Formats: sequence, structure tokens, C-alpha cells
Amino acid sequence: MTRIVLGCAFLYFFVPLVMTVAFSLWEGGSVYGFAAYRSLLHRPELPTSLLLSVELAVATAALLVTLLLPAMIFMNLYAPRLRPVFEFVAALPFVVPAIALVAGLSALIEGPNWLIGTPFYLVIPYFFLALPFAYRGLDVGLRSIDLPTLTEAAQSLGADMGQIIRLVVLPNLRASMIGALLLTLAVVIGEFTFANVLLFRTYAVFINQIGQHEATEAAALSVFSFLITWGAMLGVLLLGRGSASLAGAR
Amino acid sequence: MATVETQDVAKSYAGREVLARLDLSMVDGELICLLGPSGCGKTTLLRIIAGFIVPDRGRVLVGGRDVTALPASARRMGMVFQAYSLFPNMTALDNVRFGPRVAGRPKPEQLARASELLDLVGLGSQMQKFPHQLSGGQQQRVALARALAVQPEVLLLDEPLSALDAKVRVQLRDEIRRIQRDTGITTILVTHDQEEALSISDRVAVMNGGRLLQVASPATIYRDPADAFVARFIGAAAVLPGIVADGYVHSGNLALPAHAAHAHANGTAVELFIRPEHVRLDDLNGSVPPGSLVAEIHESVFLGSLTRIRVSLPDLPDHTGLWADIPSERAEAMKPGRRVLASWDAAAPRILAS
Repeated sequence: MTRIVLGCAFLYFFVPLVMTVAFSLWEGGSVYGFAAYRSLLHRPELPTSLLLSVELAVATAALLVTLLLPAMIFMNLYAPRLRPVFEFVAALPFVVPAIALVAGLSALIEGPNWLIGTPFYLVIPYFFLALPFAYRGLDVGLRSIDLPTLTEAAQSLGADMGQIIRLVVLPNLRASMIGALLLTLAVVIGEFTFANVLLFRTYAVFINQIGQHEATEAAALSVFSFLITWGAMLGVLLLGRGSASLAGAR
Repeated sequence: MATVETQDVAKSYAGREVLARLDLSMVDGELICLLGPSGCGKTTLLRIIAGFIVPDRGRVLVGGRDVTALPASARRMGMVFQAYSLFPNMTALDNVRFGPRVAGRPKPEQLARASELLDLVGLGSQMQKFPHQLSGGQQQRVALARALAVQPEVLLLDEPLSALDAKVRVQLRDEIRRIQRDTGITTILVTHDQEEALSISDRVAVMNGGRLLQVASPATIYRDPADAFVARFIGAAAVLPGIVADGYVHSGNLALPAHAAHAHANGTAVELFIRPEHVRLDDLNGSVPPGSLVAEIHESVFLGSLTRIRVSLPDLPDHTGLWADIPSERAEAMKPGRRVLASWDAAAPRILAS
């Protein structure tokens, strides 16, 4: 029975993937080759849109680390009663439709001009979009260490808060931080609605535009996206494993 | 090394008094145990001394210096926690050199100090291991070495043995005492384990309900408890209620011998406390001599060389019971239901007003 279930799951996940790869290689009739991939390489929008999405992902991740991580450390150390509030805020992006967020954002945030006129305006909605994933990732890490006791132990040894965060907290959160950042990367690179409505040409918008005219190139882009995602997941696993062997008993 | 004093220290949470204007002073190099049941305030007091909790009132003095307003990081106190608190991302060596490292000591000095302390706690061969590669006892030894690495004036131990199994607990307890004597660091140990407190301390501070009930040597606490709570909490004791009359404690139709009753006025309601080692059990041969009581054996608990036997006293109200420790070879004849004579030296019982 288990084998049947696993077999079905394998087919469910891999048949679409194999068919996408096959379709991306189709050149018409019974001819298969790399024409779609070659064509993609000649499109200047591919590197620019991908670079833009990566830049947005990095900026979003930086904003999350700057704002969310200190807030979560503070909550765990000094205000554990605020946990339900954090949970609620972190879950909000799941229940508010993206299009409503765009409308709200456009109506509420009118400046500054140096931000509004650039794609980095997207970092604001992306922060909220990635918030649930980043929050969960960091929360798992913070729950797995006894942060209050470790902090008190370090304080009793003479460490100030900066030293505690740098030498004790961040090294022990390395795996969860990497997980949260890679999830943020995946969310931002795959985000379509905000960028499309606000007329920015990100990687997801580029895939969509290609798909409307060149079906096989869109499939090739999808395969390329899979490879990026898998690479990121592999990175999480490898770094997480390295961190686990260092971090020891939690 | 320094004296430690708490003066008039009080703490409440949401209107509930956790510590009630408490005064405690420790001499240089002393090991004192804060002993009491859960919720008595002992950990709160330790954390106030450590600087993790700000008292509502009162002062904490270390070496005569008021440290009440100082943060924990500036108090020069080493602390070992109940929970394993080693930094998981660091080896045993790095954990121990953490204090000197954040203090900016040169790296060779950090390493030399850490190695020396790991040798002191018997873990010189384990210094490159991470916490998850060490047993609970080893982790607490590393935590002890880490606390000593900052050359603290005061060492604070917050139930460091409670998570360990019995054998390791006794070993580490003896080791803590040895190291404390060798280093001469003033040490405060919080525990709810009376055996631990009595065996390791220079003095024991018994607490209940946020108050210090008695601060004295283990022998004094055991032999001469200050009040009924201390008498009940420390060691095993039978409690026989009665009324003082003519140097005896009268309970039911019996006059219980106790020299200490002379200190109380006739008619005073008291409780007579008697330890199991003071109670004798003899064969009942018809007559009951003065000062002896008829007792019926209920159960026995084998303790090794001694057996603790519980007897009831049919002549007392509610058939109040006694415990008696007798040599185990004699205890085999003490079967449940057998009637015996219970007696004690009149100098042994402690009498406390009820």
C-alpha cells in the first residue's frame, strides 16, 4: 500500500515536470532540441528581469532580517505574551488577497519619490508577502534554543546584548535564518500580481509575457525556475546540516 | 571572593508577595544553600542577587558595595543554571573561554584559563566536544568551569543538579564542594533537595512563603529547627500534638517525656517533634514502664544498614504514628501488626508551640 501511495505521489509530482521538460525541448512535429533555450539566451529581458527579482529578494530579505529578527528576539526575551499578536500579524498576508494589498498600498503610500518610482517600491509589499514564511522559519529556530537561559548565561559571563546576539543568538539561528531567507527568495522571485499591476518587469512577469507568445520558451523558463528553486533548497539542506552538526543538542 | 548581603529585599508579582523584606548575609568563602519547597522564593532571591530581577525594595551588597542597580553583566558573578545552558554552537573549550573572550582578554590567556578549568572539573580530554556530545553531568561541569572562568566574586548555582540522575548528582555535588573549598568563592546554591543542602553547605537558609525561616548550620537546622515548618521540612520527624503539664506533654491519656517542655508554661498547646533515630523499639513483656508507649508496627522501609519502621500509638488520639530507625538485622522480627514498646530519651524531642 505504501509503495502504491509513494508511486502515485511520484507520478503526481514528476509527470508534469517531465512533460514540461519534454515540451520545452519540442521544436515542432517530432523534432526535439534546445531551440527554446537558445532563444531564451538571446533575450536581453531574461538576465535583467532575473537580476531585478534577485535584487528585490535580497532587499526584502535584508529588510526582514533588520526588522523582523530583532523584533522576534525581543518578543522571545522580554515580551512572550506578545506572541499571539506576532502570530496574528504574521498570518495576515495569507488572508488578505494580493490585489487588495496592492490597492491599499497604492492608496496609502504616496512617497518618497526616490522609492515610488523605482521597482524597489515592491520591497514593501514583498516584505508582507514573505512575512509568514520568514516568521515561521525564524520561530522554529528560536523555539529550538532556550533563548532566555542562553542570554542570561551570557550576561552573567559579562557579555553585552550586542555580543550575545553576535556570538550566541545568530550562530544558533543560522539554519533557520538561511531557511527563512531562501523561502523569501523563492516567494519574491515567483511573485507576479504586485509586479504586474504596478508595471514592473520582474522575472515572473517576464515568464508570463513569454508564455503568451512562445509556449516552449515559457516551459524552458519554468524548467529554469525549477532549477533555481531546487538549488536554493539544496543550499538550505546543506547549510542546515552543517549548522546542525555545529549547533549540537537543542 | 566577597561577602554577600541582601538588605530588606522584597519582590511582588501582580500583588502576590514572592519575597517579604528579606535580610541575609554571607561571609567570605561561605557556601550557603537556599532550601525550600517550590514557589518559596529561593530562585527569585538568587536571580535578584544575580541581577536578572530588580527588587521592589531593598539592596544587594557584594563585598560591601551596593550592586542593586548594576546589570547582571557587570556584577562579576558566575552562574550555573538548572537547564543546560551551554552555547550549542561552541565547543566545551569555547564555552569556557566565552567570559574572558567578551572581556577582551588575550586569546592565549583565554585558552590557558579555559584548559586549566576544564582540567579542574575533570574534562580536560573533552574540550573539543560540542554540548550535544556531552552527557548531562559533563555539561554541568563545563557550565561550572565556564562560570569560574570569569573569576567571579560570587558563584550562583540554581539547582544545577536537579536534571541529573542520582549517582551523577552525588558525584557532582561532592565535586562542587571540593572546587568551592579549593577556590574559596562565596557560593549560593538553590535547591529543594534537603539531602543536597545538608551535605554540601556551611549554612542552610530555609525559606517558605517568601520568608527566611532559619539560617543556620546543617546540624543546627536538623537538631534544633526554629519552627514547625523547618522541623517538618528537614528530615523525617514524628509530630505529636499535646498540652504541656509539669514538664511533660500530655496527649490523650499519656504523658510524653520531653525535657524541652519545661520551657513552656503549663497549659500551652505544643507539638512534640521526635526524629526516627531517637525512637527505640523494644519487646513488650506485659508491663509498660514509665516513659514508654505501646506501639503497633505498621510498615517498614529498608534503607540499607538501617530500616525505618512506622508504628502507630493506639493510646494517642487519632492513633498518631512514629518513625523509628533500627538496625536492619533487628528489623526482620518487626512484622506488621506486632505490638512493641516505643520510648525515647527525654532530652531528644524538640517542643514547638503550635
